[in-house]
Amino acid sequence: MSSTLPAGAERHVEHCMGTVFSIDIRRPGVGAEVVADVVRWLHWVDATFSTYQSSSEVSRLGRQELTLSQCSPELRSVLEMAAQIEAATDGYFSIYPNGVLDPSGLVKGWAIEQASNLLLRAGSTSHCVNGGGDVQCVGGYDGGDWRIGIADPHRRTDVAAVVAGTDLAVATSGTAERGPHILDPHNGSAVTELASLTVVGSGITLTDAYATAGFAMGLAAIDWLEGLAGFQALAITREGERRATSGFRTAGLVSATALR
Amino acid sequence: MKRVLFSVLGTILGLVGLLTFKTHGHTALGATALPSAALPATGTSAPAASTPSATGTGAPPDPSSGSATTGPASTSPPAAGQPDKSYDGTAVQTRYGVVQVKVSINGSKITNVSFLQLTADDPRSADINSQAGPLLLQETLSAQSANVNTISGATYTSEGYLQSLQSALDQAGFK
Repeated sequence: MSSTLPAGAERHVEHCMGTVFSIDIRRPGVGAEVVADVVRWLHWVDATFSTYQSSSEVSRLGRQELTLSQCSPELRSVLEMAAQIEAATDGYFSIYPNGVLDPSGLVKGWAIEQASNLLLRAGSTSHCVNGGGDVQCVGGYDGGDWRIGIADPHRRTDVAAVVAGTDLAVATSGTAERGPHILDPHNGSAVTELASLTVVGSGITLTDAYATAGFAMGLAAIDWLEGLAGFQALAITREGERRATSGFRTAGLVSATALR
Repeated sequence: MKRVLFSVLGTILGLVGLLTFKTHGHTALGATALPSAALPATGTSAPAASTPSATGTGAPPDPSSGSATTGPASTSPPAAGQPDKSYDGTAVQTRYGVVQVKVSINGSKITNVSFLQLTADDPRSADINSQAGPLLLQETLSAQSANVNTISGATYTSEGYLQSLQSALDQAGFK
């Protein structure tokens, strides 16, 4: 009996961006230097995009100490994506939530997807990167599906549903324990219709942004997401009522094939 | 046995890491108010019938890499009569306060997690602690029975909890 993980399987936990990242790499594994690269990447993103650090590029751009052309290509690319997503979500997703530049709503998901791509390029065909509850899964889990529990917003120790599949992304937007924190960008008021909205897609960048935008829409998000190819969603209202897109089966299980 | 336990702990740490709660500040809760959570002796854990399965086409079944939750309950129940062993985690100073946990382990299972220290700075934070604390502990235990690989939906984050728990588990000899 060995006291080590099976060869090539490894899990790494990293504190970054004010939350916790969990990187679960199944076989075939990657070298420790690749995991170190992923960790370095996450902290670079934090240092570059943090709105809490006055010296970050985002903070300096927000204060107009930098012009866009002086910023990193990564930052410019994120701002371009943000503009596209804002248009695609009828303005429900915005990186100026309080009139001030704050791309945080896009950055974490994007950082996760890039981290996953980094692992993929290094040869990992089966892994999961979870950043504060936003999940990108690649491949399957030891020959089967990844199973992602959706935290029940009304009973925090329970799982409200399980999403199972391969090669998928899952993001949940909801109100934190300190009360509503997502604002409707159209009128600046806190949105309260939903307790949580879970979106399932293939890439976590867009999936996460759509979860944020959809949460601000309220129950209307379900019809909106129903009309989008490649996405499924589950909404849980403040009263505990559930509404889901057709591909999100009543059992709460969705397979990757339902996304296609 | 140890292999299986490690994979359970990995999952627990992964889950716990994502369940965040923010303890603001430094008003120590009374010791009597500190929550703890324990599994029923018989375990609410994994469905008895489940066996680690690898239904995929390529890789051979590997008991230690199966779902972290089903393996240990079916393969290594706590030995009857064996006393729990307890380990105190490091007291971790966070920007919100001090967190220190204690874990009890029996055989290959965590049977109890409790707070030795949990501090908060204002009534609102103390209120949050009093709710989040027990949930976090329960989550650690139920992670052993939840048949999932990961959790979507950030709720609480406690770096301190994670670090203190990890240090206790390190003392228990799991690296």
